Amino acid sequence: MKFLRNTLDKIKPNFEKGGKLSFLHSVFDGLETFMFVPNHTTKSGTHIRDGIDLKRTMFIVVLALIPCTLFGMWNIGYQHSIATGVTNGWFDNFLYGFLQTLPIIVVSYGVGLGIEFTFCQIKGHPINEGFLVSGLLIPLCLPPDIPLWMVAIATAFAVIVGKEVFGGTGMNILNPALTARVFLYIAYPAEMSGDLVWVTGLKEGAGIVDASTGATTLGLLAAGKEMSVSAWDAFIGIIPGSFGETSALLCLLGGAFLVLTGIGSWQIMLSTILGALGMGFILNAVGGNVYYDFPAINHLLIGGFMFGAIFMATDPVSAAQTAKGKWIYGALIGILTVLIRVFNPAYPEGIMFAILFMNVMAPLIDNYVVKSNIKRRLSRVA
Amino acid sequence: MSTEAVVNEEVAAKPASEPLFSKKNRKLISNPLDGDNPITVQILGICSALAVTVKLVPTIMMCVSVLFVLIFSNLSISMLRKVIPSRIRIIVQLLIVASLVAIVDQVLQAYAYDVSKQLSVFVGLIITNCIIMGRLEAFALANKPWPSVLDAVGNGLGYSVILISVAFFRELLGSGSLFGFKVLGENYTGNGVMMSPVGACIVLGLLIWAQRARNGYREEA
Repeated sequence: MKFLRNTLDKIKPNFEKGGKLSFLHSVFDGLETFMFVPNHTTKSGTHIRDGIDLKRTMFIVVLALIPCTLFGMWNIGYQHSIATGVTNGWFDNFLYGFLQTLPIIVVSYGVGLGIEFTFCQIKGHPINEGFLVSGLLIPLCLPPDIPLWMVAIATAFAVIVGKEVFGGTGMNILNPALTARVFLYIAYPAEMSGDLVWVTGLKEGAGIVDASTGATTLGLLAAGKEMSVSAWDAFIGIIPGSFGETSALLCLLGGAFLVLTGIGSWQIMLSTILGALGMGFILNAVGGNVYYDFPAINHLLIGGFMFGAIFMATDPVSAAQTAKGKWIYGALIGILTVLIRVFNPAYPEGIMFAILFMNVMAPLIDNYVVKSNIKRRLSRVA
Repeated sequence: MSTEAVVNEEVAAKPASEPLFSKKNRKLISNPLDGDNPITVQILGICSALAVTVKLVPTIMMCVSVLFVLIFSNLSISMLRKVIPSRIRIIVQLLIVASLVAIVDQVLQAYAYDVSKQLSVFVGLIITNCIIMGRLEAFALANKPWPSVLDAVGNGLGYSVILISVAFFRELLGSGSLFGFKVLGENYTGNGVMMSPVGACIVLGLLIWAQRARNGYREEA
């Protein structure tokens, strides 16, 4: 540690104003504050700077995502083994999934951080680690067989159109990871939906023994069929699906970690789940066709619901900021997700559209919450 | 009485009349191309910019049609500007624009039936294109015919430049072709976002971004 600090201090003058490498100031600053908590102090007034800055915050979210990531790697290998009819040990399965997903993660981080660093250098901003989380969320919500060039352009699109045009980290109105996913979903539907993309190798079809294994539960629901896996398997996550979102259990584990560290908003997570459950129960009570009758509990287990509710909806930048607003925001995400799944089977993944829609609505919700608060307090003095 | 007086003034001013392409007149054409562009700066005519720009060929037809309607409506309104009572001027403008659009529509159906099919209702919707009404109200009603024609040419070209650039990117990225020729190879996977109007909205936004980054234009708050 001491050695690292000394080295950094030694090369620092090169990057200060007037130094020969001063044009790389943002890059150096980014790396330095990444390794050491900056010792900046506030300049006026009685304020205390918390050591938990944006970098530390983002890192905790990445930690919370690790269980989903590791399990997702194993699950990709496991699903591939089932489809090809071979029995592999858990390590072989994990290795297969690891090698399958590593390029996706590398491309996502490489492209995203490259663009982010370039923009920061041009604008003279310090580098924010906003992309640290997005860079991992993007691969986690994509199918494992996605071509790498698609990952690259989706990441570029998400960072530029989803984030930089609004002014960079902290100014974006949309969740960048979901922007990338929705871009791919609309631009290249053949690679992002259907029965063949969720288990690796199905598309080429080489050595596949059981062709019916590829559909996700969500896809089956959209086709008007019953759930083919047990609710328990869906909860644990041993089902085909996007890379990191199959396991509701591990998403909940990550969510608990986020809530305990105070990073994620439990109000949003809880209200999203309650919203979806409530809407599900209402539709169950109405009944009528297979979409209405789909059990409300199972809505929480299939597709990316848990992953979205816990890691995407709680994005501190694009979510609602006020306490009351968070409840409204979360509940509407849950309600909309179930509504989209039930009433519009053409777009099975409702949570993605629901979160993006509510991202756009969040400032409006906040606006009315603040206004009603002002009105309530004014009425006291009047 | 008063009309005669104005006419007399004009006659009196005639000897000092400026050359056809004076600096002021050239500005009428060059301004709308960049600094005062009807689409990227005034944000008018967005509807057709999103709707007809999937392929280059229909887009160019659309641009030619708008240019035609814009020039002749500006010219006729400018010539009639002294006899149109101001209380009914909007309906007179609409009548002229609608007649011109009907001509364009008939010509397209007669000589370019396929393109006319692709453009469908958007030819008729030229009547409601804000750029045309905007130029009639803001310029032709207050200026002589020749500057009005130049203004129409300038704004029509400004509209066309943006529409054609949007269509260029949409056709290239969306279908991998230009003017129907597969320039990116047969195996190119079309980008669905660029095929939908959403793509036009994004391309248009990026063009506006590039333009404003270059000339430092800021929206007044």
